[in-house]
Amino acid sequence: MLSFLIRRLLQTIPTVLAVVLLVFVLFSVVPGSIVSSMSDDSDPQVELRMKKQLGLDDPLYVRFGAYIAKLATGDFGTSFRTREPVTAMIAKRIWPTLQLIFAAMAFSVVIGVPLGFIAALKPGGIVDTLAMIVAVSGLSIAKFWLGLVLMYLFALKLGWLPSFGYGDGGLKYLVLPAVTLGVSPMALFARTTRAAVLEIMTADFVRTARSKGMSETRVVKWHVMRNALVIILTTVGLQFGALMGQAVVVEKLFSWPGIGSLLVDSVLQRDIPAVQGSILVVVLAFLAINLLIDVLYGVIDPRIRYA
Amino acid sequence: MLRTVAIVAGLGLALVATAQAETPRKGGTIRMTAPYGSSFTSLDIHTTQRAQDEIYAKALHRSLYIWNSAEGKPVLELAKEDVISDEGLVHTFKLRDDAYFHNGRKMTADDVIWSYNRIMDGTKAYPGARYVRVIEGAAAVEKGQAKEISGLKKIDDFTIEMKLTEKVDPGFYFFTALTSIYPADEAAKDSFIQKPIGLGPFKFVEHVPGSRIVLERWDRFYKPGKPYADKVIVLVMGEAAARDVAFRNKEIDTSVLGPAQYVAYQADANLKGTVVEVAEVFTRYMGMNTAFKPFADKRVRQAINYAIDTDLIINKLVKGKAYRATSWLPLTSPAYDKAMKPYAYDPAKAKQLLAEAGYPQGFEFEWTTSQNESWGLPIVSAVIPMLDKVGIKAKVKQVETAVLAEVVRSGDYQAFIYSQATGPDPQAALKCFHSSTPQPACNYMKFSNAEFDKLIDEAGQVDDAAKRTQLLQKANALLYEEAPVWFFNYNKAVMAVQPWLRGIQLNATELTHQSVEDLWVDETSPAK
Repeated sequence: MLSFLIRRLLQTIPTVLAVVLLVFVLFSVVPGSIVSSMSDDSDPQVELRMKKQLGLDDPLYVRFGAYIAKLATGDFGTSFRTREPVTAMIAKRIWPTLQLIFAAMAFSVVIGVPLGFIAALKPGGIVDTLAMIVAVSGLSIAKFWLGLVLMYLFALKLGWLPSFGYGDGGLKYLVLPAVTLGVSPMALFARTTRAAVLEIMTADFVRTARSKGMSETRVVKWHVMRNALVIILTTVGLQFGALMGQAVVVEKLFSWPGIGSLLVDSVLQRDIPAVQGSILVVVLAFLAINLLIDVLYGVIDPRIRYA
Repeated sequence: MLRTVAIVAGLGLALVATAQAETPRKGGTIRMTAPYGSSFTSLDIHTTQRAQDEIYAKALHRSLYIWNSAEGKPVLELAKEDVISDEGLVHTFKLRDDAYFHNGRKMTADDVIWSYNRIMDGTKAYPGARYVRVIEGAAAVEKGQAKEISGLKKIDDFTIEMKLTEKVDPGFYFFTALTSIYPADEAAKDSFIQKPIGLGPFKFVEHVPGSRIVLERWDRFYKPGKPYADKVIVLVMGEAAARDVAFRNKEIDTSVLGPAQYVAYQADANLKGTVVEVAEVFTRYMGMNTAFKPFADKRVRQAINYAIDTDLIINKLVKGKAYRATSWLPLTSPAYDKAMKPYAYDPAKAKQLLAEAGYPQGFEFEWTTSQNESWGLPIVSAVIPMLDKVGIKAKVKQVETAVLAEVVRSGDYQAFIYSQATGPDPQAALKCFHSSTPQPACNYMKFSNAEFDKLIDEAGQVDDAAKRTQLLQKANALLYEEAPVWFFNYNKAVMAVQPWLRGIQLNATELTHQSVEDLWVDETSPAK
């Protein structure tokens, strides 16, 4: 197990380096620079001095080397815009994003997985049809539109929840953005669960269990659910990564102070250190979640070994 | 010598008419919105020129001057008196002796001098440097040739002498938050960026990045009885649709409206009364590169102005949320000439001018644009068929707004569509077209006209304000004739304001920038 973890952790290094390099190269070729977004000063000397001060006049490989050297010491650099350490900026933003993503994930798993199970138990029935209508709708609805509808309904019409903002970070502020973000994975989990359960229900070991006289409840509980969980868990792991990207839209809509809105503003203003730092954190979080999922496989299905 | 005395109490005149008759209520919370992005750039206001950041900075900081919306000009704020020398270059400011920073220390001349020297640190490229550069010796500090601005002298703790490089009204240079006065001792510390200290009516409490800035009343603010509110919260809300729901739900007190919402609010009996609007000092236009052969001919540029049905675009596409441009200077400019009429929509005349210029079959050009809904791609898309009718084909080149700024400054375009600040100082706005103004500065069309230069030079020399205005109006009329741009519109800034928030000022420089000490909320506000 330990050697597996070490090996997986080492595998993340080239992934991280590739992401950092990609962002570096991208931002060196796209038009626009931090200098023009920070000042519309007339003096070209000012622009030159600013580029020098920010290290933008060095060749790309020099900048990349310096960045990697800093990164190795845990230093993400200093934001061009705010002149704050990027680590400090991210530290302020990461918790709201994690709050949002975990809440959205909890909502989607708690609703989506049982919905898929129930649908699969009576395929073609009314419950299955309704569940799949919900699932397909959930996958089709644009988050921006859904968020506005939820705001309109639960804030403006019913007055149950605030329409936007972080407030004190409490639950009432979290509900609408989390549901907005969670509807799409909820739909995906419902469909994935349904497909997985239907497939497992026809597997040989399930037929064997039934033929041994095991009750249907025990068959579902001990054989179907457990085997379906491996597939569901894989989907959950992948969705964590997707949610980190999708959170950008939701955070902006609800004025949620997460890393997504930091990323958007940083990209628009070509604040390269902040962009790199934000993307790096998202990538690291994605890798960490997937590593955790890999570990969980073994817990759920002891047949899986970490060779 | 000319003596200007600040009429501090006069600031109250900026309040809208309905508020004037009522006694402001003390207490309560003002909930403003910052609509121009997903976050604030920085808590160090010297480092950021975004309109978004000045919203909170108006509560937290103060500059030597402040914009007086009622009078439409900058007035003294941190100084009580400005004595101008006979030749008009040396200003002696008598500073307030009752202005306290939020750490309780009294502001002195040292803080003013320290702040301006800081802004001129050339290694930091503070955006306010372009204003402070008007002080003699400031440019030398910026270039690292001097340590202190030679044209700035401390006479005593509350008197400074400022020698300018040209005869201008320093008010136009020192009223924005970019030139805020910082406490010299505190601002040098690293902690300042986390917990800024200013001279404004509200002191810093909390910043939740990407969400809000919270400020509370500063009891030692120098204007007696002000501020009225206990607390100001500036909420980051970049999405117009979300702001709309929040406004209707009474969760925010102000909301900037786009064209679609402007129409919807006016059509709604419950919301119509909440709308306030002002002609901001921004001109929207299509700039034409005179290095591109067809645009070198004045008749072609005029033909473009005649070929476009500008009123139709303003009414149908911009939903009336703009004023038709008659030349460069906007409606709220002190040198705006009400007698001027815009180019008529006359495709026949446009065709005739094109033929005279040697383009009877028209020509093709590339038009660089951003996606902006008010002065970007939607407008370009509407104009293209109109130009096509007179034989001019336009190819669209779409770029991000940040990229467009670079394109415009570098001159790497045939035509572009843009929104440019054309005030509040009419002299500075028109000087952009002076042949001595470098293209990257603001002479984006590389305009050069000897007659225009002469008018601007003369305006810079005369002492008589009326005469100066006359000269500037002539220069503005000359621009109309020369048509270096398609004169599209002047921005109509529109904000929805809840009925319980009083004292809103119609600030033509930027409607969201409110002198918060003059705002107050009545007892019907849901935020007690």
